[in-house]
Amino acid sequence: MAANLERQRHIVDFTVASLLRRKGKNGALLAVYTVIVFLLASVIFFTHALKQEAARVLKDGPEIIVQRTLMGRYSPIPRSYADDIREIGGVQSVRPRLWGYYYDGSFLANYTLMVPDEAPPPGEIVLGSGISRLREAFPGDIVGFTGFDGRPQSYRVQGLLPEESQLVAADLILLAESDYRQLSGIPADQATDLVLTVRNRKELATIAEKIVKLHPDTRPIIRSEILRTYDALFSWRSGVVTVLFTIAALAFVIFAWDKATGLSAEERKEIGVLKAVGWESSDVLLLKFWEGLLVSLTAFLLGTALAYLHVFAGTFWLFAPVLKGWSTLYPEFRLTPFIHFGQLEVIFLLTVVPYIVTTIVPSWRVATIDPDMVLR
Amino acid sequence: MIRAQGISKTFNAGRPNEFRALQDVSVELPFGRTTILKGPSGSGKTTLLGIIGCMARPTTGRIYLGEREITSLPERFLTGIRRQTFGFIFQQFNLIKGLTVLENVMIPAYPLGEKHGLLRQRALDTLELFDLGRKAGAKVDWLSGGEAQRVAIARALINDPLVVIADEPTAHLDSRLSTEFMAIMRRLKGEGKTIILASHDPIVYDSDLGDLLIEMRDGRIVRGGERP
Repeated sequence: MAANLERQRHIVDFTVASLLRRKGKNGALLAVYTVIVFLLASVIFFTHALKQEAARVLKDGPEIIVQRTLMGRYSPIPRSYADDIREIGGVQSVRPRLWGYYYDGSFLANYTLMVPDEAPPPGEIVLGSGISRLREAFPGDIVGFTGFDGRPQSYRVQGLLPEESQLVAADLILLAESDYRQLSGIPADQATDLVLTVRNRKELATIAEKIVKLHPDTRPIIRSEILRTYDALFSWRSGVVTVLFTIAALAFVIFAWDKATGLSAEERKEIGVLKAVGWESSDVLLLKFWEGLLVSLTAFLLGTALAYLHVFAGTFWLFAPVLKGWSTLYPEFRLTPFIHFGQLEVIFLLTVVPYIVTTIVPSWRVATIDPDMVLR
Repeated sequence: MIRAQGISKTFNAGRPNEFRALQDVSVELPFGRTTILKGPSGSGKTTLLGIIGCMARPTTGRIYLGEREITSLPERFLTGIRRQTFGFIFQQFNLIKGLTVLENVMIPAYPLGEKHGLLRQRALDTLELFDLGRKAGAKVDWLSGGEAQRVAIARALINDPLVVIADEPTAHLDSRLSTEFMAIMRRLKGEGKTIILASHDPIVYDSDLGDLLIEMRDGRIVRGGERP
């Protein structure tokens, strides 16, 4: 046992010395390898953290949202629908919501307008930090918008939304109901949509069915469907990046394959010398295994650590535009660090294992030949 | 005694470039003695050394180490015998570039799993025998021809082998260094090592070191026996 440990130690020592004498070549390989792991790990970390974030945000969201559609397109919903739906058995509460989008032509940005339960008094608004940054508007300032009828509307900034809710609130404006109606032109008897809470979650589908029966021009959306949409959206976006990554990874595979399979005459001779002086084939394979493991594990650890910093401390500047969306107002937020063991496993399997295999396989052939080749 | 019996070796058998390096060679090499294989290039000396030293298997024939027939042993056992019984000094020295003198000397002992401190000390002691102690940390790339060969000898001796095999050891040395090499071999012989040298250099085959002189040509032994 102790002898075997010493043997492993000697071979690891030899591997390290062996790698260090080709500093340039191995350094370049390690750098490229680290970048590949970094890219892959960044995408995986970011997508998962974003999904987690979305799930966390939506956890407290409404269980059912009811929208009205007109020829398949969204349309404001009459407030009277809320009273009808409240009568359906199992419905705990129904609340009409007022919200919408506002395109700011002078800053080329979209804002989300919303009337919260505890709205600011008429004439005052609360801004998301993204808008505040963009328009350089701070509490006490007066901000102007153009109403639906082309008339200018101005509001005093009462406050800013907290930074931690940036993912969903960077582009948010909270305002009073009367201000919202004046700005959007939505009539007093209509709302954007209705949100429902139910007594028993198992009845969600039945209640949704009853709502459609009662008002065939409505479309109930259940929370799990929203989560699924988020999942699909982020998965699709991470897919785009993954395609780009695959191209880079392919280039690396060719590079690594060339390096690993094309044992140089010098390397072949060295293996011959090792065998001639008494190394077994298994010792040579062990050497190659350690070589592959040291290079790939170093790249794995470096790449993963860099990706962690990139995603959770460095605001994911490299891929943010693709993965977060196409708005002008990219939220400046820190994702909650979230790493699942399964993610590390995937990165490990995709990067370390193939490299070790490509390092060992060609050596197998060389390791099993007669060592007398070094005599010639 | 090492006994080779009816050894033939064919390379690239069945191909257009088939080549018979050895043809029905039988020879007996006593332990504790020095044997010199003499002959021109291509006479089969190196091939015979390789087969005796368990580096290659003969196409036909058998090798006995003492009473033990070793030709048919699996690779693993053959490697073990090669490591413990034989120490090789190659024509080109075959030191591993980029590594230090000390690392090169320690390499044959790595698979044995000896404690690192002990192995290191043993390697340093061996280097001292050849006046190379102060070069232990130097890269082998910067050694002179004579120094490189002494490192190769130290490496061959690190596992304290019974038999030292050297293939054309003076091919890359001038006369002074060749004489120095022969002096080292004489010392090893005095310590009881069995020595087998293959050479076509008169400094080697004319020296009084050899107890047996075997002359080879075209893969066969043409003359051989005890020296007068």
